[in-house]
Amino acid sequence: MSNDKILSEIGKDKAIAMYQKMLEIREFEGKIRFLFLEGKMPGTIHQYIGMEACGVGVCSALKEGDVIASTHRPHGHAIARGISMDAMMAELYGKTTGCCRGKGGSMHLGDLSLGMLPAIAIVGGNIPIIMGMALAFKLKKEPRVAVSFFGDGASNEGTFHEGLNMAAVYDVPAVFVCENNQYGASTNIKRVLKIDNIADRASAYGIRGDIADGMNVLEVYAHAKEAIDRARNGEGPTLLELKAFRLCGHSRRDPNNYMTKKEKEYWKKRDPIPFFEKLLLEAKVLDEGKAAEMKKAVEERVAKAIQFGQSSPDPRPEDTYENFYVTMEVPR
Amino acid sequence: MRMGIAEALRKAIHDEMKRDPSVFCIGEDIGIPGGYGGAFTVTLGLEKDFRERIIDTPISEVGIFGAACGAAIMGMRPIADVQYGDFLLCTMDQIVNQIAKLRYMSGGKLTVPVVMRAPVGVTGRGAQHAQCLEPYFITCPGIKIVAPATAYDAVGLLKAAVRDDDPVLIFEHKLLYGSKGPRAETGTIDASSEIPDEDYVIPIGKGIIRREGKDVTIIGGLLMMHFSLRAASMLEKEGIDCEVIDPRTLWPLDIELILGSVKRTGRVVIVEESPKQGGIGAEIGAQIAEHIPDYLLSPITRIAAPNTPTPFSPVMEKFYVPQPERIADTIRKLITEY
Repeated sequence: MSNDKILSEIGKDKAIAMYQKMLEIREFEGKIRFLFLEGKMPGTIHQYIGMEACGVGVCSALKEGDVIASTHRPHGHAIARGISMDAMMAELYGKTTGCCRGKGGSMHLGDLSLGMLPAIAIVGGNIPIIMGMALAFKLKKEPRVAVSFFGDGASNEGTFHEGLNMAAVYDVPAVFVCENNQYGASTNIKRVLKIDNIADRASAYGIRGDIADGMNVLEVYAHAKEAIDRARNGEGPTLLELKAFRLCGHSRRDPNNYMTKKEKEYWKKRDPIPFFEKLLLEAKVLDEGKAAEMKKAVEERVAKAIQFGQSSPDPRPEDTYENFYVTMEVPR
Repeated sequence: MRMGIAEALRKAIHDEMKRDPSVFCIGEDIGIPGGYGGAFTVTLGLEKDFRERIIDTPISEVGIFGAACGAAIMGMRPIADVQYGDFLLCTMDQIVNQIAKLRYMSGGKLTVPVVMRAPVGVTGRGAQHAQCLEPYFITCPGIKIVAPATAYDAVGLLKAAVRDDDPVLIFEHKLLYGSKGPRAETGTIDASSEIPDEDYVIPIGKGIIRREGKDVTIIGGLLMMHFSLRAASMLEKEGIDCEVIDPRTLWPLDIELILGSVKRTGRVVIVEESPKQGGIGAEIGAQIAEHIPDYLLSPITRIAAPNTPTPFSPVMEKFYVPQPERIADTIRKLITEY
């Protein structure tokens, strides 16, 4: 389907909302990168810069009640799914106002009440869990869909095999979204995979495989929507591979020297945000003035989230004992 | 009605599935018509009443426990099982990193009410099908661990586990099941009980004094509870009066019950079927030493398996598992020396 056709199908408001989410992710990631490098933020971070089209495209095709599970790189998915940037920022600072009350941190961002499981930071770890969530939807006959996000690296984990096979056998309403950004930390996927497309593995499980350009949010949306609709209609799971690239390091101080200059330049030219912006400008869904206005508003919004995170109260040390067993105190 | 543990668990699961439509079983070979109802017949025939909720799986332990985790978070009450406790090691990430931790790392915003069932026991199968892995799991905050030594307790603890909002791991002993037919186990010990018709639960976190005595406290669960009672009977004839505690819940421990008993007797022997290194005896012993050192008349004593893998030869296996005679000998010496 052409970009114009997808654009006309989703309408102006939704397209602008998707553009807005992509700007938010880029700004959020850009700002916290500096906060980390300046030593003002605890922990570690894995960033989503360059992959905004993947999370936003998929999450824009979900309904309320659907659920996603993310990875150690969850900031983009959280924004795309609608977790507030205040609650995310507070979580990154380990504050009580964080979406996990300071018990999760960057790698476990999420809020199930908003349709996102706290992110699972073990590579491939969320695949069987999403299969189980989808199994629950099927057993309860609820028209809900569960979506697993994972990377190219996770497709080599045993969890991928067991999770996809069982999802296929039980024919559950799940979508497995492989964001193939071509690197597992510093290892290029070509070093550890003999086939070109991870989506080809779908045939091994007897499920549908599909591939979309992960740098084009409209294409991601269209392919994700088809997979999600099929899952919801009882037509089974899909393995959807998004061909993508991260325009940043694996984690906080990684200068990604293992990527070639040529490769970096090629993908930089395919940056999903300017690409989508140009498309919106050409379609007259957006004009330069409105784009500048939106960017300024997003900057202010992220600045406000940082302020919220920094000024929120720290937990008490003994809050360590809270939010544990439901029916019992922590044994001491 | 008198039942063995396998039959009692089957009844308890049936009761729970009937009571609550969100309860389902998931595991390998659990509901295949003409099959055997799991490795030890616990789920035999349940598929006749609950076909949609007895879910047979591929041989995929990671998938089974991941499915249980995800389904539990979404409001179901899964009972996931492995054929042998040893296979829990295949799915440690799902148990330890996911099931045990998701509630905590969500800031208490979700619950993971999974029941996990695992047969243990040193039983003629060697190193990979006959381990007692309980100590691995008491080092994992976030799950509760129970170990029924009688059919009565199996019903009460299974029901308590299903109704609990936290993940509960149930260790069952192969020699105590009383499985019948082709799945009957050599060397079975009678752990059957009279099971009342009325509904009951046994609270998680509560141990029980199986035999009252004033000279020494013996602590042992599962098979070791039965062997401890045998040792106590032998010693009774010699005038040594043993108290036997069955922890029933291995974590969180009913430490009050244990400390109360040891305060009365002044001597404690902890019996376990797994290797001594980093065992449950080490944990219980350390807690006793921390809390009531002044009450001890003799050193805290652990009777455990050697710090080796489980051997196969029946000769070595008998040496490996603490036998009633060995428990009695140890206590006799303890009483004589101190």
